[in-house]
Amino acid sequence: MKRFTWFNVTALTLGFAFLYLPMVILVIYSFNESKLVTVWAGFSTKWYGELLQNEAFLNAAWVTIKVAVFSSTLATVLGTMAAYVLVRANRFKGRTLFSGMIYAPLVMPEVITGLSLLLLFIGIGLDRGVLTIVLAHTTFAMCYVSVVVSSRLVSFDRSLEEAALDLGCSPWQAFRLVTLPIIAPAVISGWLLAFTLSLDDLVIASFTAGPSATTLPIKIFSAVRLGVSPEINALSTIMIAIVTVGVISASLISKQASLKQQRDEQAAARG
Amino acid sequence: MAQEPLFEPWNDPSEKPLIQFKNVTKRFGDFIAIDDLTQDIYEKEFFALLGPSGCGKTTMMRMLGGFETPTSGTISIAGQDMNNVPPNKRAVNMMFQSYALFPHLSIYENIAFGLRRTDMAKDAIDARVNEMLKLTRLEKFAQRKPHQISGGQRQRVALARSLAKAPKLLLLDEPLGALDKKLRQDTQFELMDIQEKTGTTFVIVTHDQEEAMTVASRVAVMDEGRIIQVATPDAIYEAPNSTYVADFIGDVNLIKGTAELRVSSKPAEQTTPETLEAPADPFVDDTPRPQPNKLGEWLHDKVLSPIIGERDEPIKRLPPPSAAELTATPEVTSDIPEGGIALNWSDQHPAIIVSNGDEAQDGKALTFAIRPEKLNIAKDKPDAANALQGTVIDIAYLGNVSTYHVELKGGQMIKAQMANARRLAKRDITWEDTVWVSFTDTAGVLLER
Repeated sequence: MKRFTWFNVTALTLGFAFLYLPMVILVIYSFNESKLVTVWAGFSTKWYGELLQNEAFLNAAWVTIKVAVFSSTLATVLGTMAAYVLVRANRFKGRTLFSGMIYAPLVMPEVITGLSLLLLFIGIGLDRGVLTIVLAHTTFAMCYVSVVVSSRLVSFDRSLEEAALDLGCSPWQAFRLVTLPIIAPAVISGWLLAFTLSLDDLVIASFTAGPSATTLPIKIFSAVRLGVSPEINALSTIMIAIVTVGVISASLISKQASLKQQRDEQAAARG
Repeated sequence: MAQEPLFEPWNDPSEKPLIQFKNVTKRFGDFIAIDDLTQDIYEKEFFALLGPSGCGKTTMMRMLGGFETPTSGTISIAGQDMNNVPPNKRAVNMMFQSYALFPHLSIYENIAFGLRRTDMAKDAIDARVNEMLKLTRLEKFAQRKPHQISGGQRQRVALARSLAKAPKLLLLDEPLGALDKKLRQDTQFELMDIQEKTGTTFVIVTHDQEEAMTVASRVAVMDEGRIIQVATPDAIYEAPNSTYVADFIGDVNLIKGTAELRVSSKPAEQTTPETLEAPADPFVDDTPRPQPNKLGEWLHDKVLSPIIGERDEPIKRLPPPSAAELTATPEVTSDIPEGGIALNWSDQHPAIIVSNGDEAQDGKALTFAIRPEKLNIAKDKPDAANALQGTVIDIAYLGNVSTYHVELKGGQMIKAQMANARRLAKRDITWEDTVWVSFTDTAGVLLER
């Protein structure tokens, strides 16, 4: 079979163009000399410099990172616990209902989640700020973590835990020394998922953020409403770069791990 | 070599059992996994729980390990009631069916895992792990991960890990299921060897009857949550207590019939003593042979004997039988002993004579069980206690033995197994042949249930 037919090349080009052309344009214009976004006036990196001077953006970025780290960590702990109980526990009354309820936020419109959280925070008199965004993000990211971790736990050989108990572990030790290290990849990818979700969430954050704390997506969104500035382009380019580096390194690490395992298994097969 | 004393603590009333099941019942919802079970297991025993899947053997083992608690009744180990003792507080270790090796730890760390949960000193742990590695011949693989070794090696790691803490009791859950046949047989002997070396009590769960027979000191055959029979492998095979056990262990022919006392008919057959002809003595050798003269004898005794050895003594013989001996009534020894049971089972065949049958079973509906290898098959009617005529329907050639499927008159199918002592080409019995299936009067057993 020929690998590069005329049709294949066209299809590939069109597909990639559709995916990446907007981003390429954004990256190019972030290096534009002109203040007008749509007019090219020569190469410059001055908008990056200005971005670093813009305290409002830097504050928003800092808040976003704080929120993402705390909420994804909290969501990972809670989500893993929920997944563990749902997969491990023998049948108890209302198990199906409980597991259904864990996954409901996945399909719930974000506006409704945001609104209900807002009402809750007002009801209990919690001032809106970093704490409320963290709580809100934890709530909706937890179910994603729980889905990822429970899919790993379903295929987890339960006799491994029994073996740990049999060899003298308390149930907590068995979880810490055997279960957790084995499901660690799923837990980590759950954490990464929660982190990204929190990083780019706009809807729920805008419901639960207060004047004291604004996240980057909210900031960008409100800035764009006043007109797209080259500064925003620069900021977006930085975010694209971070995400690209993250995705590539994560896939490289996992590819290397699987390659290593393959080599090991081949070595074992050879004896 | 000194004869070792027989190991059978179950026959010694002064021996205290290590494990006691007392009226243990285990229910899962409506399903009764273990039904009012009482059983003792002794120290240093290799006890096999054998049965089809769903018979409760695994539940019984998991209750010993502490992974299930009895619904009622008590299980005690070394006299201590274990009902409320969690698995991590029991001096019991288990080798799991899937081996359950920790994939993220090296072989060394897998074996050390249980020891690290105790307050054992580091060097002591190291010494113990190395000892276990040596016992299971895994020294070379200590630093590998479980996925980097073969199935047989994994199985040995699992064994080493479960033995590392020197448990009072080792539970083995279908330990050899994942190995191929050849490796399984080798490992069975290895297991027995290790059991003997360590003196640990082993309880093994298996559905493979050959495996149970090979390794175990006693076998418990289970069905539907009950133990049907507990006995040594040979007793289970030769003297099953029920058709279920006979059928589960190995191949068996079952013939249903009604028992009848045999004694009455006996004397009538023996009334006329037979007179035997004096046979020509085959040992009397009348051919004259040259005898050595004096010189020859001297030469032989003084000179040649160190070289060619002593001369043969003249052959000594028993005197020929006297007339009295020849006319005497032959003893019944060559014939069937008196007593026992005759089983009427078909109008077209003579009753089956079972001289070891219990006379108290007279008149009962019984099942006669006989193993295929205890049957003989021949074209001519043999001189045997029991001979039944039939037609060869099928022959299964298994290499070392052949199994003949014979349909007796009246439709009863019988399996007979014959060792293939000769090459296949010389076999004289083939399909559709009319043959006689024969067996001695003690070859089978009569079963009431």
